[in-house]
Amino acid sequence: MAAHLKKRVYEEFTKVVQQQHEDLSTKKLRLTKPSKSAALHVDLCKATSPADALQYLLQFARKPVEVESVEGVVRILLEHYYKENDASVRLKIASLLGLLSKTAGFSPDCIMDDAINTLQNEKSHQVLAQLLDTLLVIGTKLPENPSVRMRLVEVACKHLTDSSHGVRNKCLQLIGCLGPVEKGVAKEAESQAAKDVQKIIGDHFNDQDPRVRTAAIKAMLQLHERGLKLQQAIYSQACKLLADDYEQVRSAAVQLIWVLSQLYPESIVPIPSSNEEIRLVDDAFGKICHMVSDGSWVVRVQAAKLLGSMQQVSSHFLEQTLDKKLMSDLRKKRTAHERAKELYSSGEFSSGRKWGDDAPKEEIDTGAVNLIESGACGAFVHGLEDEMYEVRIAAVEALCMLAQSSPSFAEKCLDFLVDMFNDEIEEVRLQSIHTMRKISNNITLREDQLDTVLAVLEDSSRDIREALHELLCCTNVSTKEGIHLALVELLKNLTKYPTDRESIWKCLKFLGRRHPTLVLPLVPELLSTHPFFDTPEPDMDDPAYIAVLVLIFNAAKSCPTMPALFSDHTFRHYAYLRDSLSHLVPPLRLPGRKLASSAVSPSITPHEDPSQQFLHQSLERVYNFQHLDPRGIQELLEFTIRDLQRLGELQSELAGMADFTATYLQCQLLLIKALQEKLWNVAAPLYLKQNALASTAAKQILEETYKMEFMYSGVESRQVVIIQHMRLQAKALQLIVTARTTRGVEPLFGMCEKFLQEVDSFQRCFISELPHMQGSFVDKLLDLMPRLVTSKPSEVVKILQTTLRQSTFLHLPLPDQLHRATANIIEPTGESDNPLRFTSGLVVALDVDATLEHVQDPQGTVKVQVLYPDGQAQLIHPKPADFRNPGPGRHRLITQVYLSHTAWTEPCQIEVRLLLAYNSNRSKASTRSPKSTWSESLEALPPSENGIEGTIPFSKPVKVYIMPKPARR
Amino acid sequence: GAGQDVGRSCILVSIAGKNVMLDCGMHMGYNDDRRFPDFSYITQNGRLTDFLDCVIISHFHLDHCGALPYFSEMVGYDGPIYMTHPTKAICPILLEDYRKITVDKKGETNFFTSQMIKDCMKKVVAVHLHQTVQVDEELEIKAYYAGHVLGAAMFQIKVGCESVVYTGDYNMTPDRHLGAAWIDKCRPDLLISESTYATTIRDSKRCRERDFLKKVHETVERGGKVLIPVFALGRAQELCILLETFWERMNLKAPIYFSTGLTEKANHYYKLFITWTNQKIRKTFVQRNMFEFKHIKAFDRAFADNPGPMVVFATPGMLHAGQSLQIFRKWAGNEKNMVIMPGYCVQGTVGHKILSGQRKLEMEGRQILEVKMQVEYMSFSAHADAKGIMQLIRQAEPRNVLLVHGEAKKMEFLKQKIEQEFHVSCFMPANGETTTILTNPCIPVDISLGLLKRETAIGPSADAKKPKLMHGSLLMKDNSFRLVSPEQALKELGLAEHQLRFTCRVHIQDPRKEHETVLRVYNHLKGILKDYSVQHLPDGSITVESILIQATAHSEDQGTKVLLVSWTYQDEELGSYLTSLLKKGLPQSTP
Repeated sequence: MAAHLKKRVYEEFTKVVQQQHEDLSTKKLRLTKPSKSAALHVDLCKATSPADALQYLLQFARKPVEVESVEGVVRILLEHYYKENDASVRLKIASLLGLLSKTAGFSPDCIMDDAINTLQNEKSHQVLAQLLDTLLVIGTKLPENPSVRMRLVEVACKHLTDSSHGVRNKCLQLIGCLGPVEKGVAKEAESQAAKDVQKIIGDHFNDQDPRVRTAAIKAMLQLHERGLKLQQAIYSQACKLLADDYEQVRSAAVQLIWVLSQLYPESIVPIPSSNEEIRLVDDAFGKICHMVSDGSWVVRVQAAKLLGSMQQVSSHFLEQTLDKKLMSDLRKKRTAHERAKELYSSGEFSSGRKWGDDAPKEEIDTGAVNLIESGACGAFVHGLEDEMYEVRIAAVEALCMLAQSSPSFAEKCLDFLVDMFNDEIEEVRLQSIHTMRKISNNITLREDQLDTVLAVLEDSSRDIREALHELLCCTNVSTKEGIHLALVELLKNLTKYPTDRESIWKCLKFLGRRHPTLVLPLVPELLSTHPFFDTPEPDMDDPAYIAVLVLIFNAAKSCPTMPALFSDHTFRHYAYLRDSLSHLVPPLRLPGRKLASSAVSPSITPHEDPSQQFLHQSLERVYNFQHLDPRGIQELLEFTIRDLQRLGELQSELAGMADFTATYLQCQLLLIKALQEKLWNVAAPLYLKQNALASTAAKQILEETYKMEFMYSGVESRQVVIIQHMRLQAKALQLIVTARTTRGVEPLFGMCEKFLQEVDSFQRCFISELPHMQGSFVDKLLDLMPRLVTSKPSEVVKILQTTLRQSTFLHLPLPDQLHRATANIIEPTGESDNPLRFTSGLVVALDVDATLEHVQDPQGTVKVQVLYPDGQAQLIHPKPADFRNPGPGRHRLITQVYLSHTAWTEPCQIEVRLLLAYNSNRSKASTRSPKSTWSESLEALPPSENGIEGTIPFSKPVKVYIMPKPARR
Repeated sequence: GAGQDVGRSCILVSIAGKNVMLDCGMHMGYNDDRRFPDFSYITQNGRLTDFLDCVIISHFHLDHCGALPYFSEMVGYDGPIYMTHPTKAICPILLEDYRKITVDKKGETNFFTSQMIKDCMKKVVAVHLHQTVQVDEELEIKAYYAGHVLGAAMFQIKVGCESVVYTGDYNMTPDRHLGAAWIDKCRPDLLISESTYATTIRDSKRCRERDFLKKVHETVERGGKVLIPVFALGRAQELCILLETFWERMNLKAPIYFSTGLTEKANHYYKLFITWTNQKIRKTFVQRNMFEFKHIKAFDRAFADNPGPMVVFATPGMLHAGQSLQIFRKWAGNEKNMVIMPGYCVQGTVGHKILSGQRKLEMEGRQILEVKMQVEYMSFSAHADAKGIMQLIRQAEPRNVLLVHGEAKKMEFLKQKIEQEFHVSCFMPANGETTTILTNPCIPVDISLGLLKRETAIGPSADAKKPKLMHGSLLMKDNSFRLVSPEQALKELGLAEHQLRFTCRVHIQDPRKEHETVLRVYNHLKGILKDYSVQHLPDGSITVESILIQATAHSEDQGTKVLLVSWTYQDEELGSYLTSLLKKGLPQSTP
């Protein structure tokens, strides 16, 4: 085996080998397995009855077929096909043909003729349909061959007159998928009697079978997707299909109308039964609105969804969707919304409703009332009141999209969205809150609306409350009463659900920042200051008081007159909060104080460039250190690392970048230290010390490289090479250290081999990057590879040692965006002195709440670790549903960790922390999947060889005080 | 009943010789004979069972089923009565309650007894939604979901190809416990629709719900008590669900009570018939049945005096008697408390008085009760509004519409609208009036497969759905119709076949010889009729398919040739075409 490996490594250094390798494998396959086709042939000949044959075919279908033997198999199948009388067997063969032509690497044009031939003599409709399906597969496999496609389309057209719906269905599907898209091809086609595809498909809009009608519309949509510009003439046809009896047809027709409305938004269509004309997009909008009250909910969902994306529609049509004329006993009635608005504008508060408060007023003309409205009237009113929550969600989404593009519409739909906050299904409520947040730039909430919004703060669902906090962060409130109301409600929320603390503070921060002038008149009341009397100093640890302060301080930032209203203790509290909750409390210019705090100015933008420059300069300096003496290099590295770390602390934007490079330099520093000549030259008895230093260095470098590779988001393959290269060096170092400390050669053999294997795989992965690595460790190593392969371990070690020392330090290119994954455990806080008591042997649930930033795929990678005082560690995989995604790059983990232990005599602390699991195998496969050679070779190797799994702790551990009590008897 | 009127729903439909009675309700407004429909209308003498094929009850409200025991037991009907499962379960409870009130409280005699209710219920056949029930060989009925109350259904009655849809009461907007009515495009000949809210378009339900919840919530937070007088079934459950979910959502702790008795029994049925409720309840019942209330407990008289906030649902709904009135008297004095009237109140009841703003009420025993508590009115109704009715008509696409269960004036408006929008005729008969609707019945005819295949093969095969002309002979024998090929018909009837030939002479001016003329005609026809086989026979005649053309010289004028065209009647089409062609003459220039 070893010899074989060496040979392979050696051979693969030249490029020819890979092909040989492939050849070898196929040869092997031919030798070991008897040909598939032969086996099948024998089986089919043996089959006495159709049922038997079917069984054989079924068995055959379960196994994959190699590329080379596909054609042979196809021939045998076809041969059998002609002989077979039983339709079911023929059907299976036809489907097998389709499956086989899907085989990767097989070009099906050779079997196309046969497939078309079989089509001509076939009687069974089912088999025909299946054959057409096979042709479709063949056609899609040959996208570069227009003449083949033409031929297939022709065949399909011929079978369009078949009496079975299945056959017609498949024909249309085939035409839709393969029909010519470019005009040029179409012209050429005319001569071949294949007419305009659109016309052919259009003719089948009136087919007697609903399935065929659906297929026709779908084929049309397929053509559109493939880039064919549909003709406007189809529009009227499609409109007729909206009244079809079958829901699939209607659903597809709605889609088609939508497509057409996007294609020809501005063209004019006449309104039937009148002389007026309107824009097509408006007409289509009206029609789709009409479908929102369709009988089938599938169509309703479809229609409601599509409404959202029709942004060119004119505004009066849009506003009609929210309008539903109310009447009662033939008299016009105002909606509750209008009444609320009126009450509000007249400056009066709803004094409780009297009976008949909503009594209708004006008489209306019976003729003018149009009960079934032609246009878009009330589409959303219906959609939002729908029975199925799917429709309601779709309607809310559509509202959101339309409101984002039209501020006036946003203003109008506000009432309806606010109403949706009381939906019976939580998903709908959540969706409408999110929608509201998205459009909140366009709107200002009235007090009565705010009131309704705030009422939802008491919802028992955490998601709803947090979504609402987010919403409040970016809403505009019109009056100071509104702010007050919001504050009061938020404080109420805080007392009811203390866990919402963080999110409420954050919400108030933005609320204060947005409305400084509205907060100003409220300050005395909020701080309960009095012109003459000193009021007692509030408790600084009270979350409610902190909440109020957060609101005020943030407002004070842009309102310089406010601090004058503060009392002494407020200033003291400011200083305290500025330190303890610096992310919530902005720096203020306070009159009595030196502007010490403003040294770290919040306006980062002017400073950004210099610091970036600084980063690059210091790196530049490091990379040019070759001509320095080793001591100088070490010092320089140490300084630079220190600088970078400090820079990361100061500039949050550059933190990721700075940390990343600092880590890299740290690795280099460790490497240099470990390789210092002096250490290696000492006498044998002192090996121990040197050994400890070098091996810890190697270990640390390995750890750091994993961190670099997996903890940062935005790492590109250029960086991965460098990181892996560093890791390789560390491994070399490890090898050297073990070689020097262990007696005997036997264990070394294995290690050397493993190392060479790694070098080999490194080379294979990054073959394209190698030219950039002139003079590096790997570069040199690869030069020496032929020698290494053949030499003894001790020699290998020697070579490694010299190359390590001679190799140059690689320049680490920086990507544009680099973020370090961070996690912060909010809950448990670790401050509690009361131990969590539970009976030993039973479990206790510990709520864990953490925010994660810049973690890719947290569901797969983030784990919770619990460390017990006895050293026992427990790893918990949170459920995917426990992760929420409040914003880009941010995640929130809210989960429960189950703890259990045997009885303790006294309470003790356990540690909870978050880990980032990585698997080198997986990440490579995902990042480098385009390189097919690599992924193929990966499959060939057992995964454990390359897949290094491990975890990186990436949050501060939190201590939890627990006490398992002995069970009582 | 129910013609231009609300209450006492009872509609008689005769369809294709079958008689069906739709609903059998009582009228709330009367206490004499008028409270029940006049069944003598159906038949003067003879038994009802002989005359009626079946009775269908749409839902359990008394104005739709109140007269059922009277009708079946006292007047006498033994045929089948159809209703849905929930209706069958709840209906007897309500009937028994109704009986108790009239007999025990008002002391009426000559009323149906409990035993009669039981006997009546034995005649009931329960149906499922969308289940097609064959009443007899020809008559079939099918139930559709109608919303309104638990178990309410719309019925399609079908005989042959004629059909009627009766809606009963229905609701097109879903509420907290029931879904919206739905019907497929069944295209009935007649749609009988209720029209309670013929002239109303309602506001969104959410506003009302929100107001209701907000009011309750505020009062409870203040520490006040809320009294909600309700009738036992229908709205009460909706409000319960509403409050229950709200309590759950908002984590409220104040107790909610429900007066016991009737309601508890009804709630039990609501729990059972989950499939009849709306999407939310159906989806979540696996975790928890929404009708198993967590926060709502049974009420005890003593609780009314408990301190602290609470919400109480109490019967009856109009505050005219019973528990709700008792509680009202206890709580009326405190301005922190609130009473919410969720429905309409009849004049003269306490409910009506306080809603109209009266603050001092005179109670029994000359007592004056001062009402300090807040009085609120919330309307929750489960009938379709004008828009809903139109929507249903659009869904079902009927050929005629008939409006019942509403006021004449309002119906007039809706009728006009329906005729205008859908171009279908609309009727609104008064009680006792009969409306006759002409239908276009189609008669199914058996056809032999061979003939069908042969006939469809002729002519363009596209649009097979459209009506198509076929040739064949219609055999009417033993009350069955069959379409067979002429040969078979002759064979079956034992008749000999007669050949029928049409002959026609066409004069053509042609001076040439006969055979030349024939040749010219031949060439001409050959040129025109490319798709047919035109042959020139040796005996000097031409055949086009089976049509024979012979030419002879005119006896008097040699220049005129007479063409004899002869065809059998099967080839009538081609033959007449040929004649008209020849009549036009031959083309002049024939080389």
